[in-house]
Amino acid sequence: MSAFRQSIGTFALVLPLTLFLGVFFIWPLLTVLEQAVSDPVVSQNLPRTTAAISTWNRNSEPSDEMQIALVEDLKSIDDDQNLGEVVRRLNSAQPGFRTLMRKTVAAVEGSAEPTKLGEVDSRWNDPSFWRAIAEATYPYTDRNLLAAVDLQHDASGAIVAMPAGESANQAILLRTFTVAAVVTVATCLIGLPYAMLIAASSGWRRQLLLVAVLLPLWTSLLVRTAAWYILLQDKGLINSFLMSLGLFSDPLPLLFNRTGVIIAMTHVLLPFMVLPIYSVLIAIPRNLMPAAASLGARPIRAFLQILLPLTLRGIASGGLLVFMAALGYYITPALIGGPKDQMISSVIAFYATGSANWGMAGALGIVLLAATIVFYGVYGRLSTKTAGA
Amino acid sequence: MATPRIRFERVSKSFGTLQVVKDLSLDIERGEFVSLLGPSGSGKTTLLMMAAGFENPTGGSIFLDGRRIDHLPPYRREMGVVFQNYALFPHMSVADNIAFPLKMRGIGRSEIEGRVKRALDMVQLSAMSSRKPAQLSGGQQQRVALARALVFEPAVVLMDEPLGALDKQLREQMQLDIRALHKRLELTVVFVTHDQAEALTMSDRIAVFNHGNIEQIGSPRDIYDRPQTRVVAEFIGETNLIEGTVTATGKTGASVELADGRHLIVSGSGSLSVGSRVHISVRPERISLAARGTGSATNALPTKILDSVYQGDHLRVQLDHDAFRFIVRTDRRSAEWAAGADVVAHFAPDDCWVIAA
Repeated sequence: MSAFRQSIGTFALVLPLTLFLGVFFIWPLLTVLEQAVSDPVVSQNLPRTTAAISTWNRNSEPSDEMQIALVEDLKSIDDDQNLGEVVRRLNSAQPGFRTLMRKTVAAVEGSAEPTKLGEVDSRWNDPSFWRAIAEATYPYTDRNLLAAVDLQHDASGAIVAMPAGESANQAILLRTFTVAAVVTVATCLIGLPYAMLIAASSGWRRQLLLVAVLLPLWTSLLVRTAAWYILLQDKGLINSFLMSLGLFSDPLPLLFNRTGVIIAMTHVLLPFMVLPIYSVLIAIPRNLMPAAASLGARPIRAFLQILLPLTLRGIASGGLLVFMAALGYYITPALIGGPKDQMISSVIAFYATGSANWGMAGALGIVLLAATIVFYGVYGRLSTKTAGA
Repeated sequence: MATPRIRFERVSKSFGTLQVVKDLSLDIERGEFVSLLGPSGSGKTTLLMMAAGFENPTGGSIFLDGRRIDHLPPYRREMGVVFQNYALFPHMSVADNIAFPLKMRGIGRSEIEGRVKRALDMVQLSAMSSRKPAQLSGGQQQRVALARALVFEPAVVLMDEPLGALDKQLREQMQLDIRALHKRLELTVVFVTHDQAEALTMSDRIAVFNHGNIEQIGSPRDIYDRPQTRVVAEFIGETNLIEGTVTATGKTGASVELADGRHLIVSGSGSLSVGSRVHISVRPERISLAARGTGSATNALPTKILDSVYQGDHLRVQLDHDAFRFIVRTDRRSAEWAAGADVVAHFAPDDCWVIAA
């Protein structure tokens, strides 16, 4: 009885978090996923056709019921916007639908009796147009997901690459991963020595060094990015300093290019590398390095064979944090980068807020999420292997 | 006399204004086991760290076989160091830990294998070679650390309270094991400890540290039986110190007057002069108790038993003699020494050791 009561108590304790995660994380995630794959336009607006076409074998002549159902459906659509969405959806699958539908709707609305569609336009005798309708009646589609990685269905239904120049998602995804990887390496190269410095110091020096890392976390991301915007300008602090030293006669191009994006992102994400490494470092017994030295190891070898392997766990978790955070960066590339430095988040933002294409925004989000999960899985495998070895 | 294996010559070390080691000189011979014994903060660990090269002396020099080494980095000193908390590399197996100093010296793989195997045999851990340090008990970890510090045949083995973290029984076993290894391999060992029993068990010589200097150095017997200063007498073992003034000296001994006017006879007066203030040290196990009215006349002090505690192998009795408290170890079977009893404490002149006050 008491055990039961205890488990009730435990459940009650985790309930708020479970509810929070469910309402604010799981449910929105599922909604995004649903948005990415849902395709309800045709099935909602042409319900009779959807019912009639479901028994069709896709190759024979379109049956009379199908034609009658389509005419009925077209008559009953009284909202021009809905009709426009249907036409746009069908036209994207089968070019020619726009003119065909305009002609057909005009014909259907004029007559009282259901018409033979083949008489309105001979294209209605072509099964491929009906096939396009049949495909579109499924409430779900993989079109958005395919488009997110520059793929599409051809007329026969096979998955093929989009023609060059139509979409740049693959290139942008690749750019996103490249920038994230470069930033991860850069934060590691700066963060590891810095974390070692903090761990080696003590008293107020350690506090000062820690605050120097933490301070950026206490200011808004936008403010930090704006600060870099000022620093990196042609007449900004960095360029005027370098030019006053006489190192360069012309200002280095740092703003609106990849270099600036990487500098700013490295700075912004540095704490996420330094802190995990630092926490691992301070847990390493202090006498290991003296021990290695007394056993004959020169400082470099002692570092490579003792300190570095023991710090690897911190570097891995710091790298993971930085890499994942960098994948989703939006503000910094948007402000500091040029058009060729935009990352996948800005494309998602464009679809979500710019063109109201929630399906594409969701699909790109899903692709990014999937890639991140794959990376996390690889990391998990590697880290358990190192820990167990 | 041959060059000492390791020589500290007027070595001093300050941290800021705090002088931890003061102008200290010490020679340690080849094959000798020397313990540095003292309370914490007495400078013994600092001296060891300077020998290992982890601290730089602020003054003086350190020689190994006549060669000055205090400017050398630790990795060029050829000293095997055993640390307080073992300092084993947690990501390496036992065998890799022991192989580490050999790898650092660029020794060939097949030779490393053989030497690691012999080192493991030496500390009886052959079955554990592929384990990680975390999978071993404290005593086993300590033995790995020992094997690792010995495997490259260092000139000197430095041990910094290596047994401090072990429980009593294991510690005593390890003391004997280390002593046996020292004898068998003819190692030169400098052993830092604050445990006087450990120092007495293991050492050829003990250097008693106090406030950054060596208070007394000598064999365990010297240190225990003939302490030169009050600090040494109080730090090594338990003792009763009785204050008095020398009133007469003779060939065989001296007479010392106590504050209450009684006289004690001590033997071996040595350089004592009449009128000098002294402390008489009497070890608790050298005092015997008798009922009032019995016992010999020399060095008999009538007292009262304050407390009597059963300690297993002996009875620890606390006596009160005019606000001076004696500690006596006596036969555990003596039932009559209960608190409150009036007794006479007496001890032979030979058991009194006189220290200049």
